[in-house]
Amino acid sequence: MAGAIQASEGTAKVETPFRRFVADFTESKLALGGLIVFAIVFVAAMLCAFISPQNPYDLRQLDIMDGKMPPGSVSSDGLKFWLGSDSQGRDMVSAILYGLRTSFLVAVTSGFIAAAVGTTVGLIAAYYGGKIDTFLMRTVDIKLSFPAILIALILLALLGQGTGKIILALVIIQWAYYARTVRASALVERRKEYVEAAHCLALPKSRILFRHILPNCLPPLIVVATIQIANSIALEATLSFLGVGLPITEPSLGLLIANGFEYILSGVYWISFFPGIALLVTIVSINLVGDQLRDVLNPRLQK
Amino acid sequence: MTVFIIRRLMQSSLVLLLMSLLVFFGVFAIGDPIEIFIAPDADQAERARAIAALGLDKPIWEQYVMFVANAVAGDLGRSFVFNIPSIELILQRMPATLELAIVAVALSVVLGVPLGMYAGYKPDGAVAKTIMAGSIFGFSLPSFWVGLMLILIFAVELGWLPSTGRGEVGTFLGIQSSIFTFNGLKHLLLPALNLALFNISLVIRLTRAGMRENLPMDYVKFARAKGLSKRRVILVHVLKNILIPIVTVVGLEIGSVIAFAVVTETIFAWPGMGKLIIDSINNLDRPVIVAYLMIVVLMFIVINLVVDILYSILDPRVRLGDMGK
Repeated sequence: MAGAIQASEGTAKVETPFRRFVADFTESKLALGGLIVFAIVFVAAMLCAFISPQNPYDLRQLDIMDGKMPPGSVSSDGLKFWLGSDSQGRDMVSAILYGLRTSFLVAVTSGFIAAAVGTTVGLIAAYYGGKIDTFLMRTVDIKLSFPAILIALILLALLGQGTGKIILALVIIQWAYYARTVRASALVERRKEYVEAAHCLALPKSRILFRHILPNCLPPLIVVATIQIANSIALEATLSFLGVGLPITEPSLGLLIANGFEYILSGVYWISFFPGIALLVTIVSINLVGDQLRDVLNPRLQK
Repeated sequence: MTVFIIRRLMQSSLVLLLMSLLVFFGVFAIGDPIEIFIAPDADQAERARAIAALGLDKPIWEQYVMFVANAVAGDLGRSFVFNIPSIELILQRMPATLELAIVAVALSVVLGVPLGMYAGYKPDGAVAKTIMAGSIFGFSLPSFWVGLMLILIFAVELGWLPSTGRGEVGTFLGIQSSIFTFNGLKHLLLPALNLALFNISLVIRLTRAGMRENLPMDYVKFARAKGLSKRRVILVHVLKNILIPIVTVVGLEIGSVIAFAVVTETIFAWPGMGKLIIDSINNLDRPVIVAYLMIVVLMFIVINLVVDILYSILDPRVRLGDMGK
């Protein structure tokens, strides 16, 4: 509203769809704050090998005598534990950054694969319709009638632990959301004139689907992807906490919190507390961005 | 209506068939069934007997038929750890999980509806904004971490409530439950609250949306104009209309709550089937894992079927739409 008008009137800039999108998005200071926090957390996690005070998964750098030190204490080799250390003598700040990197890698990888699978299924269902559509959408309905955690438990109990397996489980959990979203918008798009025009040009079906219809289905897809990435991060942490997700050799926030759980009754709270805060900050910031994206990209709310 | 139910029943059987195939192939094709169903310390004679009983010397499709026949007969192997039939073990643990789930669902309605109604009635007030911010946290907080923090605050720091176990179990009208003893209730409160947190937020949001949608409607104005008190209009007329979507969503969420009890039970050492499955995965007690998966999938299929049929009774558009296809 106000932002968009300013952008188009106040300056000589032409209002492109992207500029308008940026103006609409930044209208909510909360969402902008979420985006900034998310960007900081994401970059810090990706650069953890360079910026964290120690490599918490290199056993040579750890000293078990530094274990369970409260926040602010100093280790035997002079390293300050800002957020304390865990039972193995790991610096919590470093462990959290490494754990976040794993969370992001797992969530983003599974999100991309699930989006690719789901989009293809959704486009095919919408474009071909009829029996193919009924069959695919029934499969989606059945899949969605089972809660995510149950599907993950079934798969991981049968397949065993591992990074690849948890990514597979997350893909199987998520694809149906993408399929349903893409189908809904593709059904609207395929009746539009530009698709008819493409047909008249005798373009191949795959080209019409992926180059003409798909780009117009992207806005709702982006919203779903944002929310799904937040959900995947939470689910991966939950599964790792339960001991069925990532193997203990991988840095993971869920495992870190599970380790801290053993000591929580004796008042050593920081091993579980700070990784949880890191998870919370990450998930809340993604959800704030997702909420605003939904409002901005929703054609029904477009002014 | 009958056609709809028959159609849904057929779909449910199909899903059950698919799930049994998935579990079967997970166990028999990917894993080694000898390792899965026979305890590692069994002697040669026991092994031979078990191999014959499971039909592992037969072709794979015959093995599948035997697996299904055994499952229907309630025989999915004996637990290595407890040495009792795995299905029996799970059925023993089921009441504790159901109790936790039911109390959690009840909590989410009892807390969620009034908070949501208030937030919808005065949407711009500070209290309403606090409630809504709280509900965002309820959605975003990983529930296992909230459980730990509840233990840290109420059990470790304040020492008000116990952190593990189910406590004393009382019997009332033939039903055994922790609800009937004070000690049991104290044990139940934290796990139930933890499990309910997500649904409390969900109900708050649904109720608030319902309030905001219903308050400007003509029937509210009419009821006010007729001279009814504000309290009566909101608590009777508006509430009735809000409850329809809430009942549906809460019904659908019961299944999720039972599934998510796995997390809560692990944290609070609640002796239900969710804790059993996690312990079994860690102990490699595979007959219990297989039995749990089959029973829970069956339970879900039944819950989904019942909710769908109830929904179609409540909302005729659903079944008419389905018939039209």
